[in-house]
Amino acid sequence: MNFLTDAIAWIFNPALHEGANSLTARIGEHLGYTFGAVLIGALVAIPLGILVGHTRRGAGIAVAFTGGLRALPSLGVLILIALSVGIGFQAPLATFVIMAIPPLLSGTYAGIHAVNPVTVDAARAMGMTPLQVIFQVEFPLALPLVMAGVRSAILQVVATATLAAYVSGGALGVYIFSALARRDYTQMLAASLIVIALAFALEGIFALLQRLARPHGTVALPVK
Amino acid sequence: MSIKRILTATAAVAVVGLALAGCTAADPAAAPSSASMEKIVIGSQAFSENEIVAEIYAQALENAGYSVERKFNIGSREVYIPAIESGEVSLLPEYTGGLLQYFDTKTTLKTAADIYGALPVLLKPSGLAVLDQSTASDEDSYNVTKAFSEANNVTSLSDLSALKIPLTVGGNSELETRPYGPAGLLSVYGVTVSFTSIEDYGGPLTVKALNDGAVHIADLYTSDPSIAKNGFVTLSDPEGLMVANNVVALINKASFPEEAKGVINSVNAKLTTAGLVQINTESAAGDSPATIAAKWLKANQVG
Repeated sequence: MNFLTDAIAWIFNPALHEGANSLTARIGEHLGYTFGAVLIGALVAIPLGILVGHTRRGAGIAVAFTGGLRALPSLGVLILIALSVGIGFQAPLATFVIMAIPPLLSGTYAGIHAVNPVTVDAARAMGMTPLQVIFQVEFPLALPLVMAGVRSAILQVVATATLAAYVSGGALGVYIFSALARRDYTQMLAASLIVIALAFALEGIFALLQRLARPHGTVALPVK
Repeated sequence: MSIKRILTATAAVAVVGLALAGCTAADPAAAPSSASMEKIVIGSQAFSENEIVAEIYAQALENAGYSVERKFNIGSREVYIPAIESGEVSLLPEYTGGLLQYFDTKTTLKTAADIYGALPVLLKPSGLAVLDQSTASDEDSYNVTKAFSEANNVTSLSDLSALKIPLTVGGNSELETRPYGPAGLLSVYGVTVSFTSIEDYGGPLTVKALNDGAVHIADLYTSDPSIAKNGFVTLSDPEGLMVANNVVALINKASFPEEAKGVINSVNAKLTTAGLVQINTESAAGDSPATIAAKWLKANQVG
Protein backbone atom coordinates (compact mmCIF):
# COMPACT_ATOMS: atom_id res chain seq x y z
CA MET A 1 0.00 0.00 0.00
CA ASN A 2 3.03 2.27 0.43
CA PHE A 3 3.26 2.72 -3.31
CA LEU A 4 -0.32 3.91 -3.43
CA THR A 5 -0.02 6.46 -0.62
CA ASP A 6 3.29 7.70 -2.08
CA ALA A 7 1.67 8.03 -5.49
CA ILE A 8 -1.23 10.04 -4.06
CA ALA A 9 1.22 12.25 -2.18
CA TRP A 10 3.09 12.73 -5.47
CA ILE A 11 -0.07 13.95 -7.20
CA PHE A 12 -0.74 16.53 -4.52
CA ASN A 13 2.85 17.78 -4.27
CA PRO A 14 2.42 21.56 -4.71
CA ALA A 15 5.78 21.93 -6.54
CA LEU A 16 4.29 19.97 -9.40
CA HIS A 17 1.51 22.43 -10.04
CA GLU A 18 3.63 25.43 -11.00
CA GLY A 19 5.31 26.57 -14.19
CA ALA A 20 4.96 25.74 -17.86
CA ASN A 21 5.48 22.01 -17.31
CA SER A 22 3.03 21.70 -14.44
CA LEU A 23 0.82 18.69 -13.90
CA THR A 24 -2.18 20.85 -14.77
CA ALA A 25 -0.61 21.71 -18.13
CA ARG A 26 0.08 18.02 -18.81
CA ILE A 27 -3.53 17.11 -17.98
CA GLY A 28 -4.61 19.93 -20.30
CA GLU A 29 -2.47 18.48 -23.10
CA HIS A 30 -3.87 15.03 -22.42
CA LEU A 31 -7.46 16.28 -22.65
CA GLY A 32 -6.50 18.39 -25.66
CA TYR A 33 -5.37 15.28 -27.52
CA THR A 34 -8.50 13.42 -26.44
CA PHE A 35 -11.07 16.00 -27.50
CA GLY A 36 -9.04 17.22 -30.49
CA ALA A 37 -8.62 13.73 -31.94
CA VAL A 38 -12.25 12.75 -31.37
CA LEU A 39 -13.47 16.04 -32.85
CA ILE A 40 -11.36 15.70 -35.99
CA GLY A 41 -12.26 12.01 -36.19
CA ALA A 42 -15.96 12.88 -35.87
CA LEU A 43 -15.74 15.39 -38.74
CA VAL A 44 -14.50 12.56 -40.95
CA ALA A 45 -16.31 9.53 -39.56
CA ILE A 46 -19.81 10.80 -38.80
CA PRO A 47 -20.60 12.13 -42.33
CA LEU A 48 -19.09 8.93 -43.76
CA GLY A 49 -21.16 6.81 -41.37
CA ILE A 50 -24.34 8.71 -42.29
CA LEU A 51 -23.59 8.21 -45.99
CA VAL A 52 -23.01 4.48 -45.62
CA GLY A 53 -25.99 4.01 -43.28
CA HIS A 54 -28.37 6.11 -45.36
CA THR A 55 -27.52 4.73 -48.79
CA ARG A 56 -26.99 1.24 -47.39
CA ARG A 57 -24.08 0.98 -49.77
CA GLY A 58 -20.49 0.21 -49.00
CA ALA A 59 -21.31 -1.29 -45.61
CA GLY A 60 -18.96 -4.20 -46.27
CA ILE A 61 -16.12 -1.85 -47.12
CA ALA A 62 -16.85 0.31 -44.05
CA VAL A 63 -16.79 -2.71 -41.74
CA ALA A 64 -13.55 -4.04 -43.26
CA PHE A 65 -12.02 -0.54 -43.12
CA THR A 66 -12.85 0.06 -39.45
CA GLY A 67 -11.71 -3.45 -38.55
CA GLY A 68 -8.42 -2.87 -40.33
CA LEU A 69 -7.84 0.47 -38.59
CA ARG A 70 -8.55 -1.11 -35.21
CA ALA A 71 -5.90 -3.74 -35.82
CA LEU A 72 -3.14 -1.14 -36.31
CA PRO A 73 -0.63 -1.05 -33.43
CA SER A 74 -0.80 2.54 -32.18
CA LEU A 75 2.87 2.92 -31.20
CA GLY A 76 3.94 1.67 -34.62
CA VAL A 77 1.63 4.13 -36.37
CA LEU A 78 2.88 6.94 -34.13
CA ILE A 79 6.55 6.29 -34.94
CA LEU A 80 5.79 5.87 -38.62
CA ILE A 81 4.00 9.22 -38.78
CA ALA A 82 6.63 10.93 -36.59
CA LEU A 83 9.35 9.72 -38.96
CA SER A 84 7.74 11.79 -41.70
CA VAL A 85 6.44 14.85 -39.81
CA GLY A 86 9.02 14.97 -37.00
CA ILE A 87 8.69 15.25 -33.24
CA GLY A 88 6.00 17.35 -31.60
CA PHE A 89 2.23 17.20 -31.26
CA GLN A 90 1.27 16.55 -34.91
CA ALA A 91 2.19 12.88 -35.11
CA PRO A 92 0.40 11.89 -31.87
CA LEU A 93 -2.70 13.87 -32.87
CA ALA A 94 -2.83 12.16 -36.28
CA THR A 95 -2.37 8.76 -34.63
CA PHE A 96 -5.18 9.39 -32.16
CA VAL A 97 -7.48 10.55 -34.98
CA ILE A 98 -6.83 7.23 -36.72
CA MET A 99 -7.68 5.44 -33.47
CA ALA A 100 -10.86 7.47 -32.92
CA ILE A 101 -12.30 6.89 -36.39
CA PRO A 102 -13.33 3.19 -36.13
CA PRO A 103 -15.69 3.47 -33.13
CA LEU A 104 -17.16 6.74 -34.49
CA LEU A 105 -17.72 5.32 -37.95
CA SER A 106 -19.20 2.02 -36.82
CA GLY A 107 -21.40 3.75 -34.19
CA THR A 108 -22.83 6.18 -36.73
CA TYR A 109 -23.24 3.59 -39.45
CA ALA A 110 -24.89 1.10 -37.09
CA GLY A 111 -27.16 3.78 -35.65
CA ILE A 112 -28.43 4.96 -39.04
CA HIS A 113 -28.67 1.41 -40.35
CA ALA A 114 -30.77 0.34 -37.35
CA VAL A 115 -33.48 2.92 -37.98
CA ASN A 116 -36.68 1.10 -38.89
CA PRO A 117 -37.13 1.25 -42.73
CA VAL A 118 -40.87 1.71 -42.22
CA THR A 119 -40.18 4.96 -40.36
CA VAL A 120 -37.94 6.17 -43.18
CA ASP A 121 -40.57 5.22 -45.76
CA ALA A 122 -43.20 7.11 -43.80
CA ALA A 123 -40.96 10.20 -43.72
CA ARG A 124 -40.45 9.98 -47.49
CA ALA A 125 -44.19 9.50 -48.07
CA MET A 126 -44.82 12.73 -46.16
CA GLY A 127 -42.72 14.50 -48.78
CA MET A 128 -39.45 14.92 -46.88
CA THR A 129 -36.34 15.52 -48.97
CA PRO A 130 -33.43 13.08 -48.49
CA LEU A 131 -31.62 15.68 -46.34
CA GLN A 132 -34.70 16.14 -44.19
CA VAL A 133 -34.96 12.37 -43.80
CA ILE A 134 -31.35 12.23 -42.65
CA PHE A 135 -31.36 15.18 -40.27
CA GLN A 136 -34.92 15.03 -38.91
CA VAL A 137 -35.51 11.29 -38.79
CA GLU A 138 -32.49 9.06 -39.18
CA PHE A 139 -29.80 11.01 -37.32
CA PRO A 140 -31.92 11.87 -34.24
CA LEU A 141 -32.95 8.23 -33.96
CA ALA A 142 -29.34 7.12 -34.43
CA LEU A 143 -27.98 9.61 -31.91
CA PRO A 144 -27.71 7.23 -28.92
CA LEU A 145 -25.53 4.87 -30.97
CA VAL A 146 -23.51 7.77 -32.40
CA MET A 147 -22.89 8.91 -28.83
CA ALA A 148 -21.88 5.37 -27.90
CA GLY A 149 -19.28 5.63 -30.67
CA VAL A 150 -18.09 9.00 -29.34
CA ARG A 151 -17.88 7.59 -25.82
CA SER A 152 -15.85 4.62 -26.97
CA ALA A 153 -13.53 6.83 -29.07
CA ILE A 154 -12.94 9.16 -26.11
CA LEU A 155 -12.05 6.24 -23.87
CA GLN A 156 -9.75 4.78 -26.50
CA VAL A 157 -7.83 8.03 -26.96
CA VAL A 158 -7.64 9.09 -23.31
CA ALA A 159 -6.13 5.73 -22.44
CA THR A 160 -3.57 5.84 -25.26
CA ALA A 161 -2.60 9.53 -25.23
CA THR A 162 0.31 8.67 -22.90
CA LEU A 163 2.16 7.53 -26.04
CA ALA A 164 2.49 11.16 -27.21
CA ALA A 165 5.50 11.60 -24.91
CA TYR A 166 7.43 9.05 -26.95
CA VAL A 167 7.88 11.68 -29.66
CA SER A 168 8.07 14.62 -27.22
CA GLY A 169 4.40 15.45 -27.71
CA GLY A 170 3.77 16.13 -23.99
CA ALA A 171 0.67 14.94 -22.08
CA LEU A 172 0.69 12.63 -19.06
CA GLY A 173 2.98 10.08 -20.68
CA VAL A 174 5.91 12.43 -19.96
CA TYR A 175 5.75 11.33 -16.31
CA ILE A 176 5.40 7.69 -17.23
CA PHE A 177 8.35 7.61 -19.65
CA SER A 178 10.65 9.58 -17.36
CA ALA A 179 9.64 7.32 -14.45
CA LEU A 180 10.34 4.25 -16.56
CA ALA A 181 13.84 5.53 -17.35
CA ARG A 182 14.62 6.20 -13.69
CA ARG A 183 12.65 3.23 -12.28
CA ASP A 184 10.57 5.68 -10.25
CA TYR A 185 7.51 3.50 -9.82
CA THR A 186 5.78 5.96 -7.51
CA GLN A 187 5.68 8.57 -10.25
CA MET A 188 4.67 5.97 -12.80
CA LEU A 189 1.77 4.80 -10.66
CA ALA A 190 0.72 8.37 -9.88
CA ALA A 191 0.59 9.33 -13.55
CA SER A 192 -1.30 6.14 -14.35
CA LEU A 193 -3.81 6.89 -11.59
CA ILE A 194 -4.46 10.30 -13.13
CA VAL A 195 -5.05 8.71 -16.54
CA ILE A 196 -7.43 6.21 -14.93
CA ALA A 197 -9.28 9.00 -13.12
CA LEU A 198 -9.61 10.96 -16.38
CA ALA A 199 -10.93 7.87 -18.15
CA PHE A 200 -13.50 7.23 -15.42
CA ALA A 201 -14.63 10.85 -15.36
CA LEU A 202 -15.01 11.06 -19.15
CA GLU A 203 -16.73 7.68 -19.25
CA GLY A 204 -19.25 8.92 -16.66
CA ILE A 205 -19.91 12.18 -18.49
CA PHE A 206 -20.36 10.50 -21.85
CA ALA A 207 -22.56 7.72 -20.45
CA LEU A 208 -24.83 10.52 -19.23
CA LEU A 209 -24.70 12.33 -22.60
CA GLN A 210 -25.51 9.08 -24.35
CA ARG A 211 -28.60 8.71 -22.18
CA LEU A 212 -29.64 12.31 -22.85
CA ALA A 213 -29.20 11.73 -26.59
CA ARG A 214 -32.18 9.40 -26.66
CA PRO A 215 -35.01 11.08 -28.60
CA HIS A 216 -38.38 11.58 -26.91
CA GLY A 217 -40.89 8.86 -27.50
CA THR A 218 -38.37 6.10 -28.17
CA VAL A 219 -37.62 3.17 -25.94
CA ALA A 220 -34.12 2.96 -24.47
CA LEU A 221 -32.06 0.06 -25.66
CA PRO A 222 -29.93 -1.56 -23.01
CA VAL A 223 -26.59 0.25 -23.06
CA LYS A 224 -23.71 -2.12 -23.32
CA MET B 1 -24.66 -23.66 -3.31
CA SER B 2 -23.36 -21.50 -0.49
CA ILE B 3 -20.35 -23.81 -0.04
CA LYS B 4 -19.63 -23.41 -3.73
CA ARG B 5 -19.82 -19.67 -3.34
CA ILE B 6 -17.43 -19.74 -0.39
CA LEU B 7 -15.04 -21.91 -2.37
CA THR B 8 -15.17 -19.50 -5.29
CA ALA B 9 -14.49 -16.54 -3.01
CA THR B 10 -11.60 -18.36 -1.34
CA ALA B 11 -10.14 -19.25 -4.71
CA ALA B 12 -10.43 -15.64 -5.85
CA VAL B 13 -8.68 -14.38 -2.70
CA ALA B 14 -5.98 -17.00 -3.14
CA VAL B 15 -5.39 -15.97 -6.75
CA VAL B 16 -5.13 -12.29 -5.84
CA GLY B 17 -2.86 -13.16 -2.92
CA LEU B 18 -0.60 -15.22 -5.15
CA ALA B 19 -0.46 -12.45 -7.69
CA LEU B 20 0.57 -9.94 -5.00
CA ALA B 21 3.10 -12.35 -3.58
CA GLY B 22 4.51 -12.72 -7.08
CA CYS B 23 5.12 -8.99 -7.18
CA THR B 24 7.23 -9.02 -4.04
CA ALA B 25 9.07 -12.30 -4.60
CA ALA B 26 12.74 -12.40 -5.43
CA ASP B 27 14.05 -12.09 -8.95
CA PRO B 28 12.76 -15.04 -11.00
CA ALA B 29 15.97 -15.02 -13.09
CA ALA B 30 18.06 -15.94 -10.05
CA ALA B 31 17.66 -19.68 -10.43
CA PRO B 32 19.52 -21.76 -7.88
CA SER B 33 21.10 -24.04 -10.47
CA SER B 34 24.80 -24.65 -9.96
CA ALA B 35 27.20 -23.81 -12.72
CA SER B 36 27.80 -26.55 -15.20
CA MET B 37 31.44 -27.38 -15.75
CA GLU B 38 31.33 -28.70 -19.27
CA LYS B 39 29.36 -25.95 -21.04
CA ILE B 40 30.09 -22.21 -21.03
CA VAL B 41 26.77 -20.36 -20.83
CA ILE B 42 26.94 -17.01 -22.62
CA GLY B 43 24.32 -14.34 -22.02
CA SER B 44 23.69 -11.03 -23.73
CA GLN B 45 21.75 -7.85 -23.16
CA ALA B 46 18.60 -7.25 -25.15
CA PHE B 47 19.90 -5.21 -28.06
CA SER B 48 21.55 -6.26 -31.27
CA GLU B 49 25.07 -4.86 -30.80
CA ASN B 50 25.49 -6.68 -27.49
CA GLU B 51 23.99 -9.85 -28.87
CA ILE B 52 26.44 -9.81 -31.79
CA VAL B 53 29.44 -9.31 -29.48
CA ALA B 54 28.13 -12.23 -27.41
CA GLU B 55 27.87 -14.27 -30.60
CA ILE B 56 31.47 -13.35 -31.49
CA TYR B 57 32.57 -14.62 -28.05
CA ALA B 58 30.50 -17.77 -28.57
CA GLN B 59 31.97 -18.57 -31.99
CA ALA B 60 35.52 -17.77 -30.85
CA LEU B 61 35.12 -20.21 -27.94
CA GLU B 62 33.57 -22.84 -30.21
CA ASN B 63 36.45 -22.44 -32.66
CA ALA B 64 38.81 -22.99 -29.72
CA GLY B 65 37.06 -26.28 -28.94
CA TYR B 66 34.74 -25.26 -26.10
CA SER B 67 31.09 -26.15 -26.04
CA VAL B 68 28.86 -23.17 -25.39
CA GLU B 69 25.22 -22.50 -24.67
CA ARG B 70 23.62 -19.22 -25.76
CA LYS B 71 21.17 -17.44 -23.44
CA PHE B 72 20.84 -14.16 -25.30
CA ASN B 73 18.50 -11.18 -24.86
CA ILE B 74 18.33 -11.13 -21.06
CA GLY B 75 17.09 -7.54 -20.69
CA SER B 76 18.46 -5.09 -18.16
CA ARG B 77 21.24 -5.30 -15.53
CA GLU B 78 18.66 -5.83 -12.80
CA VAL B 79 17.92 -9.17 -14.46
CA TYR B 80 21.20 -10.47 -15.85
CA ILE B 81 23.56 -9.49 -13.02
CA PRO B 82 21.77 -11.85 -10.58
CA ALA B 83 21.82 -14.52 -13.31
CA ILE B 84 25.58 -14.26 -13.72
CA GLU B 85 26.12 -14.05 -9.95
CA SER B 86 24.25 -17.33 -9.52
CA GLY B 87 26.38 -18.97 -12.22
CA GLU B 88 23.38 -19.54 -14.46
CA VAL B 89 25.31 -17.47 -17.00
CA SER B 90 29.14 -17.51 -17.00
CA LEU B 91 30.02 -14.84 -19.56
CA LEU B 92 28.34 -11.69 -20.81
CA PRO B 93 29.58 -8.71 -22.86
CA GLU B 94 29.33 -5.62 -20.68
CA TYR B 95 30.14 -1.92 -20.82
CA THR B 96 32.55 -0.58 -18.19
CA GLY B 97 30.79 2.67 -17.24
CA GLY B 98 27.32 1.19 -16.94
CA LEU B 99 28.65 -1.77 -14.97
CA LEU B 100 30.50 0.50 -12.53
CA GLN B 101 27.39 2.62 -11.96
CA TYR B 102 25.35 -0.49 -11.23
CA PHE B 103 27.69 -1.56 -8.43
CA ASP B 104 28.56 1.95 -7.22
CA THR B 105 25.71 4.38 -7.81
CA LYS B 106 27.64 7.31 -6.34
CA THR B 107 30.78 6.93 -8.44
CA THR B 108 32.37 10.03 -9.95
CA LEU B 109 34.89 8.17 -12.12
CA LYS B 110 34.69 9.05 -15.81
CA THR B 111 37.76 7.94 -17.76
CA ALA B 112 38.11 4.46 -19.25
CA ALA B 113 41.28 3.67 -17.27
CA ASP B 114 39.90 4.81 -13.89
CA ILE B 115 36.67 2.87 -14.36
CA TYR B 116 38.37 -0.32 -15.48
CA GLY B 117 40.77 -0.01 -12.53
CA ALA B 118 37.89 0.29 -10.04
CA LEU B 119 35.89 -2.69 -11.29
CA PRO B 120 37.80 -5.74 -9.88
CA VAL B 121 37.43 -4.64 -6.24
CA LEU B 122 33.74 -3.88 -6.67
CA LEU B 123 32.98 -7.15 -8.46
CA LYS B 124 34.95 -9.47 -6.16
CA PRO B 125 32.32 -9.89 -3.39
CA SER B 126 29.79 -11.06 -6.01
CA GLY B 127 32.18 -13.69 -7.41
CA LEU B 128 32.47 -11.76 -10.68
CA ALA B 129 35.43 -10.47 -12.66
CA VAL B 130 36.14 -8.59 -15.88
CA LEU B 131 38.62 -9.67 -18.54
CA ASP B 132 40.69 -7.21 -20.61
CA GLN B 133 38.72 -4.18 -21.76
CA SER B 134 38.56 -3.37 -25.45
CA THR B 135 39.03 0.03 -27.01
CA ALA B 136 35.54 -0.28 -28.50
CA SER B 137 33.23 2.16 -26.78
CA ASP B 138 29.49 2.54 -26.91
CA GLU B 139 28.82 5.63 -24.87
CA ASP B 140 26.61 8.68 -24.96
CA SER B 141 27.86 11.55 -27.10
CA TYR B 142 26.51 14.96 -28.03
CA ASN B 143 26.15 15.47 -31.76
CA VAL B 144 25.27 18.39 -34.02
CA THR B 145 24.62 18.60 -37.74
CA LYS B 146 27.50 19.48 -40.03
CA ALA B 147 25.70 22.68 -41.05
CA PHE B 148 25.30 23.77 -37.42
CA SER B 149 28.92 22.94 -36.67
CA GLU B 150 30.20 24.99 -39.61
CA ALA B 151 27.83 27.93 -39.18
CA ASN B 152 28.66 28.32 -35.49
CA ASN B 153 32.22 27.03 -35.56
CA VAL B 154 31.47 24.36 -32.98
CA THR B 155 33.38 21.08 -32.70
CA SER B 156 33.68 20.72 -28.94
CA LEU B 157 31.37 20.99 -25.97
CA SER B 158 33.59 23.82 -24.74
CA ASP B 159 32.67 25.88 -27.85
CA LEU B 160 28.97 25.91 -26.93
CA SER B 161 29.06 28.51 -24.16
CA ALA B 162 30.14 31.19 -26.66
CA LEU B 163 26.91 30.75 -28.66
CA LYS B 164 24.27 33.37 -28.09
CA ILE B 165 21.28 31.33 -29.27
CA PRO B 166 19.06 29.25 -26.96
CA LEU B 167 20.11 25.60 -27.34
CA THR B 168 17.94 22.50 -27.11
CA VAL B 169 19.26 19.03 -26.37
CA GLY B 170 17.27 16.00 -27.49
CA GLY B 171 17.59 12.58 -25.91
CA ASN B 172 15.88 9.89 -23.94
CA SER B 173 14.12 11.19 -20.81
CA GLU B 174 16.64 9.55 -18.47
CA LEU B 175 19.31 11.90 -19.87
CA GLU B 176 17.51 14.78 -18.16
CA THR B 177 18.41 13.47 -14.72
CA ARG B 178 21.82 11.94 -15.51
CA PRO B 179 24.99 13.73 -14.28
CA TYR B 180 26.11 14.23 -17.89
CA GLY B 181 22.72 15.68 -18.90
CA PRO B 182 21.70 19.35 -18.93
CA ALA B 183 22.94 19.85 -15.34
CA GLY B 184 26.40 18.52 -16.25
CA LEU B 185 26.57 20.69 -19.37
CA LEU B 186 25.93 23.72 -17.17
CA SER B 187 28.32 22.85 -14.35
CA VAL B 188 31.19 21.54 -16.50
CA TYR B 189 30.90 23.62 -19.68
CA GLY B 190 28.77 26.57 -18.54
CA VAL B 191 26.13 25.94 -21.22
CA THR B 192 22.46 26.42 -20.47
CA VAL B 193 20.26 24.12 -22.55
CA SER B 194 16.61 23.21 -22.59
CA PHE B 195 15.71 19.56 -22.88
CA THR B 196 13.40 17.72 -25.30
CA SER B 197 12.72 14.08 -24.55
CA ILE B 198 12.54 11.67 -27.47
CA GLU B 199 11.99 8.16 -26.22
CA ASP B 200 13.71 6.02 -28.84
CA TYR B 201 17.21 5.88 -27.31
CA GLY B 202 18.97 7.79 -30.05
CA GLY B 203 16.97 5.99 -32.74
CA PRO B 204 15.58 7.31 -36.03
CA LEU B 205 13.24 9.82 -34.34
CA THR B 206 16.16 11.45 -32.52
CA VAL B 207 18.19 11.51 -35.74
CA LYS B 208 15.26 13.11 -37.58
CA ALA B 209 14.74 15.69 -34.84
CA LEU B 210 18.40 16.73 -35.21
CA ASN B 211 18.20 16.84 -39.01
CA ASP B 212 14.92 18.82 -38.84
CA GLY B 213 16.41 21.33 -36.42
CA ALA B 214 13.80 20.44 -33.79
CA VAL B 215 16.80 20.03 -31.48
CA HIS B 216 20.27 21.54 -31.89
CA ILE B 217 22.18 18.80 -30.10
CA ALA B 218 21.26 15.11 -29.91
CA ASP B 219 22.47 12.39 -27.58
CA LEU B 220 23.54 9.46 -29.77
CA TYR B 221 25.63 6.40 -28.99
CA THR B 222 29.19 6.49 -30.34
CA SER B 223 28.68 3.12 -32.07
CA ASP B 224 25.59 4.36 -33.94
CA PRO B 225 26.09 4.16 -37.73
CA SER B 226 23.68 7.07 -38.26
CA ILE B 227 26.33 9.56 -37.03
CA ALA B 228 28.54 8.92 -40.04
CA LYS B 229 25.60 8.32 -42.38
CA ASN B 230 24.12 11.75 -41.67
CA GLY B 231 27.48 13.51 -41.46
CA PHE B 232 26.82 14.56 -37.85
CA VAL B 233 29.67 16.09 -35.89
CA THR B 234 30.30 14.47 -32.51
CA LEU B 235 31.32 17.23 -30.11
CA SER B 236 34.56 16.44 -28.33
CA ASP B 237 34.49 16.29 -24.56
CA PRO B 238 37.79 17.70 -23.25
CA GLU B 239 36.58 17.92 -19.64
CA GLY B 240 35.44 14.28 -19.56
CA LEU B 241 31.74 14.92 -18.93
CA MET B 242 30.64 11.65 -20.53
CA VAL B 243 31.27 8.42 -18.68
CA ALA B 244 33.49 6.01 -20.64
CA ASN B 245 31.69 2.81 -21.63
CA ASN B 246 34.09 0.35 -23.18
CA VAL B 247 33.16 -3.20 -24.11
CA VAL B 248 34.43 -5.66 -21.52
CA ALA B 249 33.69 -9.32 -20.82
CA LEU B 250 32.01 -9.95 -17.46
CA ILE B 251 32.52 -13.46 -16.11
CA ASN B 252 31.50 -15.59 -13.16
CA LYS B 253 34.88 -16.57 -11.70
CA ALA B 254 33.76 -19.99 -10.51
CA SER B 255 32.06 -21.20 -13.66
CA PHE B 256 34.18 -19.63 -16.41
CA PRO B 257 37.21 -21.81 -17.24
CA GLU B 258 40.56 -20.13 -16.53
CA GLU B 259 42.17 -21.31 -19.77
CA ALA B 260 39.33 -19.84 -21.91
CA LYS B 261 40.14 -16.30 -20.80
CA GLY B 262 42.80 -15.94 -23.50
CA VAL B 263 40.22 -16.56 -26.24
CA ILE B 264 38.00 -13.72 -25.05
CA ASN B 265 40.97 -11.39 -24.48
CA SER B 266 42.15 -11.97 -28.04
CA VAL B 267 38.69 -10.94 -29.29
CA ASN B 268 38.61 -7.80 -27.16
CA ALA B 269 42.10 -6.84 -28.30
CA LYS B 270 40.75 -6.53 -31.86
CA LEU B 271 37.36 -4.96 -31.08
CA THR B 272 37.18 -1.22 -31.87
CA THR B 273 34.49 1.45 -31.94
CA ALA B 274 34.68 1.43 -35.75
CA GLY B 275 34.15 -2.34 -35.53
CA LEU B 276 30.98 -1.77 -33.47
CA VAL B 277 29.74 0.76 -36.03
CA GLN B 278 30.37 -1.84 -38.75
CA ILE B 279 28.52 -4.52 -36.76
CA ASN B 280 25.57 -2.19 -36.21
CA THR B 281 25.49 -1.22 -39.89
CA GLU B 282 25.35 -4.88 -40.94
CA SER B 283 22.71 -5.58 -38.31
CA ALA B 284 20.57 -2.70 -39.58
CA ALA B 285 20.89 -4.18 -43.07
CA GLY B 286 19.25 -7.34 -41.74
CA ASP B 287 22.19 -9.75 -41.43
CA SER B 288 21.87 -12.32 -38.64
CA PRO B 289 24.13 -12.10 -35.56
CA ALA B 290 25.72 -15.45 -36.48
CA THR B 291 26.67 -14.23 -39.98
CA ILE B 292 28.02 -10.90 -38.71
CA ALA B 293 30.03 -12.61 -35.96
CA ALA B 294 31.56 -15.16 -38.33
CA LYS B 295 32.48 -12.38 -40.74
CA TRP B 296 34.08 -10.32 -37.98
CA LEU B 297 36.14 -13.26 -36.71
CA LYS B 298 37.36 -14.04 -40.21
CA ALA B 299 38.24 -10.42 -40.97
CA ASN B 300 40.11 -9.99 -37.68
CA GLN B 301 41.72 -13.44 -37.82
CA VAL B 302 40.70 -14.36 -34.29
CA GLY B 303 39.94 -17.92 -33.17
